[in-house]
Amino acid sequence: MAVGLPENVFMTRLDAAASWARSNSLWPMPFATACCGIELMATAASRHDLARFGAEVMRFSPRQCDLLIVAGRVVMKMLPVLQRIWLQMPEPKWCISMGACACSGGVFDTYAVVQGVDRFIPVDMYVPGCPPRPEQLIAAIMDMQAKVRRTGTVNGTEFMARDTPMGPEPFESEERYRIQDANLVQLGGFSAAMTAAGLKRGAANHG
Amino acid sequence: MVELSELQAKFGSELAESSFRDNRRIDVPAAKLFEILSSLKNDYGFNSLIDMTAVDYLEYEGAADRFGVVYMLLDIFSGERLIIRTAVNLPDPKLPSVYSLWRGCDWLEREIFDMFGIVFEGHPDLRRILMPEEFAAFPLRKDYPLKGRGERHNFPVITRSGS
Ligand code: SF4
Repeated sequence: MAVGLPENVFMTRLDAAASWARSNSLWPMPFATACCGIELMATAASRHDLARFGAEVMRFSPRQCDLLIVAGRVVMKMLPVLQRIWLQMPEPKWCISMGACACSGGVFDTYAVVQGVDRFIPVDMYVPGCPPRPEQLIAAIMDMQAKVRRTGTVNGTEFMARDTPMGPEPFESEERYRIQDANLVQLGGFSAAMTAAGLKRGAANHG
Repeated sequence: MVELSELQAKFGSELAESSFRDNRRIDVPAAKLFEILSSLKNDYGFNSLIDMTAVDYLEYEGAADRFGVVYMLLDIFSGERLIIRTAVNLPDPKLPSVYSLWRGCDWLEREIFDMFGIVFEGHPDLRRILMPEEFAAFPLRKDYPLKGRGERHNFPVITRSGS
């Protein structure tokens, strides 16, 4: 049975149609805490013009956004805020971790800086660099769009499978020393010199 | 210009002066700190507290005391500057607050308290200023590990399916 279709009607799956629409109208939430934020602004400004990729509508309320861009280091005091912002964004939502600091803590391997936001919130795309050039961020957004088109479903069921934390386990060398030292003392079979050395290092590090 | 001999005559001979480049420093005992600072403000015209900080001398060569607390004073009319140093020790490091002399010490004392755990008695609102309220350690003490004691990992994890 031949059905006549008007000229501007096309047939597709609902998932594909929704993903196509979503991928071309990403509304970023700029979570810019440090120097990477400057590059994020440059990306949206006239020279690089993020508008060409349908992602220029930066909104400063998480309720209106579907793409979280974490640009910059996140400290202990800021992480609860970041998590709350992520939770406040309506579904479907995605997250880009921009720059070495957001991805891994960068050079700031200190007590106050979170060593990668992916330990505590889900991340879809990582952008390396310190800071990444605007081109890199644009590339990440284009990859993000491709990912949305490839995996997106109309009701977001693809997210349900991601139920494990993505970041690496926290395991510090300091922590390893502490465990080693404790074991050395417990075993008691090692030479006194080694135990003393171990204890001394432990004392210097941990008071 | 404030003379050391004059101060020594007033506050005792244990005051000692030294200098580095052209900074004059006077070491004073903690017990007389407030008295000396208020005299410097009221009698010698040091009307501005430029900065205030602390130093942890743990394992520092030749150091007798654990913490040094440093006050940088300025007379904004004559331009004279003076650094006052004092020392405090564990287990109970505390000093009188100079809030009644220079209001500007408010956040400086809070910062020193936050980073070194030195308590300023008489400060109107001595809370942490940089670290979160529930933080338990004093991170600029030299025996605190640079990477912390796991505080930076101590958050709930939000997974994609759970958010
Ligand atoms: S990755 Fe580099 S540019 Fe980006 S926030 Fe960290 S230090 Fe700044």
